[in-house]
Amino acid sequence: MSTLQLKSVCAAPWGQALLKDLNLTLEPGTVLGLAGPNGAGKSSLLQLIAGDIPLSAGQLTFGDRSLPEWTPQDRARHLAFLPQMSLLNFPYTVEEVVMLGRTPHSSGYQVDRDVVEQALQLTDTVPLRHRLYTQLSGGEKQRTQLARIFAQICGEESLTGRLLLLDEPTSALDLAHQQQVLLAVHQLANKGCTVVLVIHDLNLAASIADQILVLDEGRQAALGTPVQVFTTALFKEVFAVDVAITSHPQEGYPMVTPLRQVF
Amino acid sequence: MVLGLASGAVSLSLSDVGQGLLDTLLGETGNQNALIVGQIRLPRVLLAAVMGATLAISGAAMQGLFRNPLADPSLIGVTAGASLGAALVIVMGGNLLQGYTGLTLVSAGAFTGGVIAVLFVYRLATSPNGTSVATMLLAGIAITALSGSIGSLLEFFSDNNMLRRISLWKMGGLDGANYPRLLLATLVSAAMLVTLPRYARALNALLLGESEARHLGIKVDSIKLSLITWVAIGVGTSVALVGTIAFVGLVVPHIVRMLAGPDHRYLMPASALAGALLLVVADALARVLVAPTELPVGVITTIVGVPFFISLLRNRHHYGMQ
Repeated sequence: MSTLQLKSVCAAPWGQALLKDLNLTLEPGTVLGLAGPNGAGKSSLLQLIAGDIPLSAGQLTFGDRSLPEWTPQDRARHLAFLPQMSLLNFPYTVEEVVMLGRTPHSSGYQVDRDVVEQALQLTDTVPLRHRLYTQLSGGEKQRTQLARIFAQICGEESLTGRLLLLDEPTSALDLAHQQQVLLAVHQLANKGCTVVLVIHDLNLAASIADQILVLDEGRQAALGTPVQVFTTALFKEVFAVDVAITSHPQEGYPMVTPLRQVF
Repeated sequence: MVLGLASGAVSLSLSDVGQGLLDTLLGETGNQNALIVGQIRLPRVLLAAVMGATLAISGAAMQGLFRNPLADPSLIGVTAGASLGAALVIVMGGNLLQGYTGLTLVSAGAFTGGVIAVLFVYRLATSPNGTSVATMLLAGIAITALSGSIGSLLEFFSDNNMLRRISLWKMGGLDGANYPRLLLATLVSAAMLVTLPRYARALNALLLGESEARHLGIKVDSIKLSLITWVAIGVGTSVALVGTIAFVGLVVPHIVRMLAGPDHRYLMPASALAGALLLVVADALARVLVAPTELPVGVITTIVGVPFFISLLRNRHHYGMQ
């Protein structure tokens, strides 16, 4: 059974169409990268899948049911969403923030503790655990929120049927932490968790994603493996940038380098 | 508590208080100590404790709901609506309102005014897409301003006697305490103290943001409605019974958050306790400072509260507030 299926999905939460005719099927363990220019509808698509904005047409199936058929608690146990920005301005400690990820579960204190510990390790936030969230740097806050999301979704051996939505999870992270977070995402995917993430760094996207969906003005411009999708023609058409496509010296996935710098 | 019982225009020793309490319990109301303790001070001190707890726990819930450490129950229009309701009854009823019935009618007017104001604010902020907390704050401010100016208009047309009653009522006081009022206050307060802490986990998640809370499985809209209803009932009752008592709902959750952190599972019960304590002490001060007359207790809580609050604002970075 596929984890997520979109059939001819459209969305127009404020009158104007944001997403048009999207078709997509994600199997357990798939990592899908969303790419596209600013305002193309990447975050809107994540919000749509998370149930924040309604469909105006089409069908969205999560697991065996459409989204509204899930009870809020049951859905929260299977679907976690990391938004781009965090509004939290109360002085929780890092550990308390991560513990909030366990809100929908009634797994007992001991299990919660273990899962939180695991999430702290996955995001390298163990040294921060007693610090106040409001006094962290941007990257540290991002890692804390990621740990909260991981704590919400982890906790069982098999993560089949779980869905992780990450909106620019690495935007504030240094190189080492980018790698660490992507490694964590990879580990979760290996356990069966399906991941949809927006990453602006296309080379990072190519390194982690099994599939890439390129959006352009709400439309599906391309969908396929990074090798299939990343072509000079596509970058010319969607991003209006000339690029050279090479491949990673070790791993072989495509690398995108802009050619004509506009300085 | 005991201090509150002992202090007042006639100061009693601790043994007098104990003796008075014992006599009251045994049903002997003959001697003076028993009369002062049992009939005047005990209901008053208990009323202060109960209302302090109600105001403080309401404040904690509102601050969590609005994700704003500066939110106060009065922000959603309860206090202003209740003040207007009371002023309306005082002016309309004129000098017919004397004694006990008058006081009860004014209280009923206040409660009705408070609840109507909240309903109105809530309706303004609710659209088919849910209730916007930001709109609710703005609507609350608008309704507060409107009630304020209608109130001023009423004061403009009222005579001296009414003016004095309105302004005394506004300052808040516990001098109307008696057992029927105490019973009502206790019922409301007990219901809130049992119910609100059940929302602690939801409020904790709500601090992350509304959609984040929804993604954590919280039924945000229904929780918003229940919390606002409870706070309207609680604060409406308190304004109706003891007038507007400022700063308890704002300052107490703040102090507790500094000491115990923002986790609502501890914040709410601790705030209730601290609120009860603050109001009992403030009331004792109100009775002692200018004995044999009394200061309005709302004045004391504000005079104590504001400097403390300003110092909190100046040092907010010490405890992680931005």
